Amino acid sequence: MKKLIRLLIGNPRKLFTPFNLISGLIVTVGLCLIAFRLLKGLGAVTNLSQTTPWGLWIGFDVMTGVALAAGGYTIAATVHLFGMEDYEPLLRPAILTGFIGYVFVVLGLVLDLGQPWRMPLMMIFPRGVTSVLFEVGMCVAGYLTVQALEFVPAFWEWLKWDRLRQFWSKLTIWLAIIGVVLSTLHQSSLGSLFLIAPTKLHPLWYSMYLPLFFFVSSIIAGLSMVIVESSLSHRLFAYRLSPSSHFDLDKLTLGLGKAAAAVLYVYLFLKLIGLAEGARWDLLNTPYGHLYLIELVGFVALPCALYLIGVRMRDVRLVRVTGAWTVLGIIFNRFNISMIAMNWQVSPHYVPSWMEITVSLALVTMGIWLFRWLVNRLPVMSEDRPSVGSNTLEDLWAQTEKA
Amino acid sequence: MNTKVTESTKDGEHVCDCSRRSFLKLFGAGAAGVMALGADPARAAETAGRVRGEEAMGVLVDTTLCIGCRCCEDACNEVNGLPKPKVAYQDDDSLLEQHRDTSPTAFTVVNKYTLGKGVEITRKQQCMHCLEPACSSACIIRAMEKQPDGAVTYRNDLCLGCRYCMLACPFDAPKFEYSKASPLIKKCQFCFERLEQGKLPACVEACPQEALKFGKRSDLIQEAKKRIHDSPDAYVDHIYGEHEAGGTSWLYLAGAPFEKLGLPQLDEKDYPELTSGAMATVPTVLLIWPALLAGFRHFALRRQEAHEERSKRHV
Repeated sequence: MKKLIRLLIGNPRKLFTPFNLISGLIVTVGLCLIAFRLLKGLGAVTNLSQTTPWGLWIGFDVMTGVALAAGGYTIAATVHLFGMEDYEPLLRPAILTGFIGYVFVVLGLVLDLGQPWRMPLMMIFPRGVTSVLFEVGMCVAGYLTVQALEFVPAFWEWLKWDRLRQFWSKLTIWLAIIGVVLSTLHQSSLGSLFLIAPTKLHPLWYSMYLPLFFFVSSIIAGLSMVIVESSLSHRLFAYRLSPSSHFDLDKLTLGLGKAAAAVLYVYLFLKLIGLAEGARWDLLNTPYGHLYLIELVGFVALPCALYLIGVRMRDVRLVRVTGAWTVLGIIFNRFNISMIAMNWQVSPHYVPSWMEITVSLALVTMGIWLFRWLVNRLPVMSEDRPSVGSNTLEDLWAQTEKA
Repeated sequence: MNTKVTESTKDGEHVCDCSRRSFLKLFGAGAAGVMALGADPARAAETAGRVRGEEAMGVLVDTTLCIGCRCCEDACNEVNGLPKPKVAYQDDDSLLEQHRDTSPTAFTVVNKYTLGKGVEITRKQQCMHCLEPACSSACIIRAMEKQPDGAVTYRNDLCLGCRYCMLACPFDAPKFEYSKASPLIKKCQFCFERLEQGKLPACVEACPQEALKFGKRSDLIQEAKKRIHDSPDAYVDHIYGEHEAGGTSWLYLAGAPFEKLGLPQLDEKDYPELTSGAMATVPTVLLIWPALLAGFRHFALRRQEAHEERSKRHV
């Protein structure tokens, strides 16, 4: 019994760290607010209105969450489809980040839906085939499954179920392909969602290329997130790296930075084409125009240049800082489209309530907890090569003890 | 694109057929590799659908006849089992001065628009019942549906409460019950149950001024044109809803530009068309992407093999 508790929560004496206390507070308040929302309805907690039906929980939890969880499919494609196998050490953490990201996207969505218990209806009776949201829903559900299947070998390794683990290797390629297909579809469709609101989304952001923008920027988000996430987790979870795994994270980081620079360059030109096609130059010198330019210059052109400089000078630190900056840029872009430039003519404009913000923060915090919990138990940072015999609870406990 | 109009259908029975055809066309468009957003075959199918709406019923709202008595509000609330308006129309018309919006408990409201020089226009607002409704095409489970008789109805047993219909609707017609734990969308449903019984919509029946005229949409457009023609000084030469957002079942006449009466200026393009192009690329991605990706992998493996062979030879 005592051992089981140890397996679940680790060393009880190490439980009360400053990080745990602060995050625990956020999660506690968040859970209370979630209960309040479920009992009293969305109006009691959110600042949503009849003119602004989508707020932070869609704009951040779903729109931004999905984009930032793109690392899974990006690295899976890099390793398994483009044959750059030297990136394999980054794959499992990226898939876990993506999977946890999607789990919390779905949780956020559940909180935002009026009748979340009807979600299965949508899949059992697929009536809304013309709906972009239907496509997003189906792809997210499908991709969540794919990611679960992609990550599950870590469990097999942990349990030392070698034959199942070997069988699973055969699925890898297919899962990678399906994952990329589903990601292409729903990453772009998150942009298509806004095509139906030409009078509501600010003309500088409204573009027929929205699906393309969302897809291409999701690759940028995926690469940048992996740069940031790998640098953090290799520092924080260094003790979880198996002694046999030797790879040069700096070299991989530079490689990812190079790819991110190239995709940002493409994205910058796509955005410029979109701007020219919309031909609303007159709006550039308005408050919204300035916001648009900050996004375009500060969060697309600038990181593109910084990535290039970082790669040329082999300055890994610069690439990492740029990665974090780019992640901020992606958040900024998704916020602009889903909240700030949305309903731009409506006043007063929507501003999320402190309760909405707390719930979103609580979801992210729980995601981090789950990531940490799994990394400390399963072979995530490096794969466990098949060995003999099955794990007993004793062994598992010994492993966590080491952690 | 009008060549497809001839194959349009005349009765409700073919409604399903229409959507199936448009789906097949979407698929066809995708399979043909139409990567460009805005596929034309899809548009043709939509046009066929629009003619169906022409045969449906509608209401002509003549704001020059409206006196702002709000009898329509009263009747609407009663028929739909909504709470009585707090301020009855007989007592006080100061309510007209505030700009009220429809809500989950008021599917129609009358607002007064003061346009200077003592010109005051009162306008009833409600769901416009688009011929090609944005809400319906956007709905994740198609709880919103255009009926053959013209009404855009809502199935509260299907709705997930995602509120995408609210984002999609250019008129902001669907309203959400934010204060309920099990909330639904609420909006004017054109008294579709009354229509089935051969009755008039409640508001039309209640209007003492005959400012609301119920009839076949094509007849209403003729009637509206006649009114504009007969008294050109009383009206601006425009029927709001004839073409806006692909046409709406509810139509407006007014003596002042419509944008001053709180109606949005919209393109003639219908709303489902805005996303149909993007949706048409779905089958393309599903077909082409796996093959392409498998190809990438094949080349990657091939390159590796060649590399290994070469290095073996050099050893």
